[in-house]
Amino acid sequence: MSTPSTTSAEPIVAQLRVARPDFSLDIALTFPGRGVTALFGQSGSGKTTFLRVLAGLEPAASGFLSVNGVVWLDSARGIRLPAHRRALGCVFQDAALFPHLSVRQNLDYGRRRRPTNGGGARGSALDVGGLCELLGIGHLLERRPQTLSGGERQRAAIARALLASPRLLLLDEPLAALDNARKAEILPYLERLRDTLEIPVVYVSHSHAEVARLADYLVLLAGGRVAAAGPLAETLARLDLPSGFFDGAGVVLSGEVVASDVQYGLSTVAFRGGVLRVARVQPDVLGCKLRLRVNAADVSIALRPPEGTSIVNILPARIVAEAPDGCGHVLLSLDLGSGTLLTARVTRYSCDRLSLAPGLSIWAQVKAVAVAT
Amino acid sequence: MGETLHITLFTLGVALAGTLLVAPPAIALAWALSRSAWRGKSVVETLVALPLVVPPVATGLVLLKIFGRRGWLGGFLEDTLGLEIVFTWRAVLIATAVMSFPLFVRAARVAFEEVDPRHNEAARTLGAGPLDAFFTVTLPLASRGIVAGAVLAFARALGEFGATVMIAGIIPGETVTLALGIYHHVQLGEDDEAAALLGVSAALAFAALWLSERLVRKPA
Repeated sequence: MSTPSTTSAEPIVAQLRVARPDFSLDIALTFPGRGVTALFGQSGSGKTTFLRVLAGLEPAASGFLSVNGVVWLDSARGIRLPAHRRALGCVFQDAALFPHLSVRQNLDYGRRRRPTNGGGARGSALDVGGLCELLGIGHLLERRPQTLSGGERQRAAIARALLASPRLLLLDEPLAALDNARKAEILPYLERLRDTLEIPVVYVSHSHAEVARLADYLVLLAGGRVAAAGPLAETLARLDLPSGFFDGAGVVLSGEVVASDVQYGLSTVAFRGGVLRVARVQPDVLGCKLRLRVNAADVSIALRPPEGTSIVNILPARIVAEAPDGCGHVLLSLDLGSGTLLTARVTRYSCDRLSLAPGLSIWAQVKAVAVAT
Repeated sequence: MGETLHITLFTLGVALAGTLLVAPPAIALAWALSRSAWRGKSVVETLVALPLVVPPVATGLVLLKIFGRRGWLGGFLEDTLGLEIVFTWRAVLIATAVMSFPLFVRAARVAFEEVDPRHNEAARTLGAGPLDAFFTVTLPLASRGIVAGAVLAFARALGEFGATVMIAGIIPGETVTLALGIYHHVQLGEDDEAAALLGVSAALAFAALWLSERLVRKPA
């Protein structure tokens, strides 16, 4: 869905180690120099430490790091760019803005120290006016951070980070301290940023919903190591992910609205490999791009095209992989055509009774589809 | 009346100058102590607190040994710069500065510790070097507590007696502060003069403490 198009961006190469008595981080990862990379993992998995290493805030870190072709860290050659020399923007969970400065002074802090002509953010013009409009904070400039709502504060902090002309934007659970209403208020701004700016974003989160909605690339961390990494849809469709990462297995499909039915309150969303009808989306505009989440538990299997069923979405598919999920269940990876994968969770009993196995063509019945919000 | 006014102004002047004199090193040391562990930190911490617990007269004696004519620093100052220290107003200044230093450091250290380190980190990620971040973010955020510490140090300086009497003596018109004046008048049986100085000291101390408390209590 996010397709900051043509120009090729160099990947971000990270081989980083931090050894502390109570915790060690050992990351070997190459991820795209564009789009949103989500770092996902439970607390204590090393997400925030990894982000701090990227920012140059962990003096104990060693290894190698290059961003946009610039080497920020190379222990072997004795290179260690201090935090203030790294062209990056950082937004923390809370305590984001300087309380002794107005919003405008906060925005100016990074802008004054890093002139925009340093080849930072490409593409869009990152002037104060345009950014304030994009983030909806133009009317707050003379206020003190203490008088802003949590959502306004985070938006101002994002603007401040972007005005420092970063080549890499680091967001450390920027929505975690906000209630659901505030989250819903900020997410559209983040989506707009993702689609407007050509700066790679590393987004630390422990929210499945935020990851499903924003991420292009997914990195799963566990115990300070990379447990899995890859493009979002592909990675979520993997059956070999360590259990416990998500509430349950499931996939994210990117598509666009191709029809809407006002009478029944349904929108039809087309994705590579088929169409799904979902409860009417807002805004229900044809061509509107969105992401759908389909949980494996909501997908069941039929050997023949089912008749007389209340289930709306029935898709032909082929089983391509199988993996046990606990003792009583099986996860099946289903190819809907064109390589789009769906995951189904069925009981071991049904699996054996229907002789489900890779290679078999079946019908996938999708009981529920959630629009990623 | 003229004498009381003179002593009051002298005391205020010395206390103010002493506080300003110790401010830069006290702020620097407080910041260093507020940072995470470094080698020798606990030794420095203890040394700084020492004048708070050692009898002030003992501190005065140490100062006398250092700044006296035959002391290593006093002799040097007199030989090279012609500066006399002991039994002059300079001795009063040194004694009050040394005695108020620990209080200043303590208050400023608490002020630095209360500043969320993430603000400093945010400044670093926005392109501010370590010194830049200190002067534009950490110091302003700690300023309220630091000013409170300065007022406390000033109040302590106003009342300094033990160390001052050792190194500066009681020389009317030259080294007599409010505290020394009270003692001196009582020694001579001049209770009315002592009472006048007592009233002034009490009023000044009250004002300084009240201000310091107010600064600490009211959140920024």
